[in-house]
Amino acid sequence: MGFILRRDRMRMSIWVISIVIFTVLIASILPDLYATGADRQLMAETMKNPAITVMIGPGYGLDNYTDGAMMAHFMLLFSALATGIMGILFATRHTREDEEEGRIEMIRSLPVGPLSPLTASFLYIAIVNIVISLAVAFGLYPLGLEDMDLNGCLLYGASLGVIGIFFAALAGLFAQLTSNTRATIGYSFGFLILAYIVRGIGDVENEALSLISPLGLILRTQVFVNNYWWPVLLTLGISMVIFAVSLYLNSIRDLGAGFIPTRPGKRNASRFLLSPLGLSLRLQRTTIISWTVGMFILGLSYGSILGDLEGFLDTSGIIQQMIPQAEGLSLTERFMTMLMTILSILGTMPPIMFILKLNSEEKKNRTEALLSKAISRNQVLGSYTLIAVLAVPLMQLISIIGLWSAAVVVMDDAISFNTFFKAGFAHIPAMWIMVGLAILLIGYLPEHTNLAWLYLGYAFFVVYLGDMLQLPDWLNKLSPFGHIPQVPIEEINMAKSLLLILVAVVLIIVGFIGNNKRDIHG
Amino acid sequence: MAIIEVKNLVKKFGNFTALGGVNLDVNPGEIYGFIGPNGAGKTTTIRILLGILKATSGQATIFGLDAWKDAVEIHKRVAYVPGEVNLWPNLTGGEVIDLFVKLRRTNNNKRRREELIERFDLDPSKKCRTYSKGNRQKVALIAAFASDADLYILDEPTPGLDPLMERVFHEYVLEAKQEGKSIFLSSHILSEVERLCDKVSIIRNGKIIESGSLEELRHLTRTSVVLQTKEPIDDLDKLKGVHNVEKKDNSLYFHVDSEQLDQVMKYISQYGIVKLEVAPPTLEELFMRHYKGDGGEL
Repeated sequence: MGFILRRDRMRMSIWVISIVIFTVLIASILPDLYATGADRQLMAETMKNPAITVMIGPGYGLDNYTDGAMMAHFMLLFSALATGIMGILFATRHTREDEEEGRIEMIRSLPVGPLSPLTASFLYIAIVNIVISLAVAFGLYPLGLEDMDLNGCLLYGASLGVIGIFFAALAGLFAQLTSNTRATIGYSFGFLILAYIVRGIGDVENEALSLISPLGLILRTQVFVNNYWWPVLLTLGISMVIFAVSLYLNSIRDLGAGFIPTRPGKRNASRFLLSPLGLSLRLQRTTIISWTVGMFILGLSYGSILGDLEGFLDTSGIIQQMIPQAEGLSLTERFMTMLMTILSILGTMPPIMFILKLNSEEKKNRTEALLSKAISRNQVLGSYTLIAVLAVPLMQLISIIGLWSAAVVVMDDAISFNTFFKAGFAHIPAMWIMVGLAILLIGYLPEHTNLAWLYLGYAFFVVYLGDMLQLPDWLNKLSPFGHIPQVPIEEINMAKSLLLILVAVVLIIVGFIGNNKRDIHG
Repeated sequence: MAIIEVKNLVKKFGNFTALGGVNLDVNPGEIYGFIGPNGAGKTTTIRILLGILKATSGQATIFGLDAWKDAVEIHKRVAYVPGEVNLWPNLTGGEVIDLFVKLRRTNNNKRRREELIERFDLDPSKKCRTYSKGNRQKVALIAAFASDADLYILDEPTPGLDPLMERVFHEYVLEAKQEGKSIFLSSHILSEVERLCDKVSIIRNGKIIESGSLEELRHLTRTSVVLQTKEPIDDLDKLKGVHNVEKKDNSLYFHVDSEQLDQVMKYISQYGIVKLEVAPPTLEELFMRHYKGDGGEL
């Protein structure tokens, strides 16, 4: 197991530290955000909105909405999602993926039992989650927030940890059932999303339904309010059972195989596949569809917040600071501009992924297979560029539709589709600039394409916290999104938009030139 | 006109010199063997020929066109099989073969494709992620021979294949040669090179250390001899051209420079030959000597 530890040191540290820091950070600023009991009670009223419950879970202790109760309400579900994701990724890596890469084969040829890799992986993940639980607990406790006593903090940490263990065990089970990494991850994440949705419906409609979902179950701990430990123990017990089943399945199956067979494919390629563009689309088919659906859901969930915003925003001083000032427009409309920018930044993620897919293809030596045929580098890069560039308006449109659909339902005096549309499409030049930047990196710094993500993260950070932290305006201007007119507060400036588009085009062209001159990795 | 012409090709990666001035020529209708130890620069040379890497200096042309600038044009008439075949896990073998053939812009000969699939014994409906290493290689080989190329560049194409499939592969290579196609074959399997190739270049540490037809190269190596004579010979090792004399049981084992064979034969027959075994130099011996760094008297 020391072997596993060494390999994952970096990744594990990043996950653990991020989760812990994020949790503690939010907890520490909550008292400032909602200074008085009255502030919090108003918030509690907003939280009774079923749309909110669907998203972040039922609020407990709404009668006496202390810091603790609020913290648990805001953070527990999403943090649990984070540990769940971490559990799935790590478990898959050390079971199915290792097997696929032939690493398990090597270990098995040594005098270790067949169960050892699986057990070692599970132990490892269990320990990681215990570390997270304790770190979170002892990070929160010293903050001395109201209602956040030691018992509560430990329960909070344990809830996170046990969800991580549960989903790791689940992924381990799927690793026994399927025959490749992609399927394992697919089923595991599918279950995670299902668990989230079922909980959402259950929390609003039928309590029993929510209990079926492990995420719903864990929220029943009512951390910082009533502090029940039984959901944690129950989830832990279930995880153990799942793990035992995995062990059993592992001992009876062949290495490399799964219980769910792979479907056979086609003998001949369809006409659609037979071009560089066809190939790129086919390779990314699933990713494209998932992200399109995802953006719609994201728009939907953000739109649902817009309902009771007026009353809530009036009182919250901090939120007021985050939103730009404007005459003649409702608070909701002003909030929407910020929302739109965040949605756009998130919507930039898929196009960047589509472009950087080329980079990962190259690292796997598959690009050279294409380049040794009668296709130019421009054609190869061009096919990925086309997909990414077209994905930008597509993602925007989808998320706008989602946003508007939800707004129409929850708002009495809904913002018009037209407004949403203009606000959303105003961001497109900035999104194209990000794509252009990614292409530039491919052309000149193919080893460092992660810089694109770093820059996007910077843009997100500046938008989200910029006004609140009173960051100077020039920091905002450094991100392309800082140059986008905040519709409807500001009007669309055609000249400026064209200029931004021109910048994007230049970046793309320079990227292509660089791509033509460099060595292709192999 | 040579099909492939490489003149003083130099490739540096930062401070590391991968190729320090490589020269070679491949003529039409020739099977050209390119051999050398790991890291010698074989794959680097091939990747420069394919326009994937850019040479630091020197010239590489195929069909008289520059390998870097005119890559797309050249590739219309070239079929390449890489050393390690990486395929897209979700596509089937059949889909990949069709894709490769289409992207080469050569004619799609369905009959030939089916024939190849059958002879190489491949199931084209399975997804690439289920293929073993050998099967992946077959996909690449089938795709290469299904295209109607003028030049085949094969980078260690046979390691994953079983002996039966290796034989099939050899048949197709020889068939291509008969049709006047040229083949550039990089290989570790010396017996294969010996069987197929007309000319051979040996590369080591980024430089060509030996080049020529097998006949020419053989001429420069040594013949192995096992000898038993009626009367003992004492001064055998003092003869010019005789090396590595060993006495085991009653026999003498030694090597003779091919040029001195006649003289040595005359000398030893004086002693009354009882048993004589003579073996021609193999590429292996030639090769191993160069690997060991023994430049010898070549």
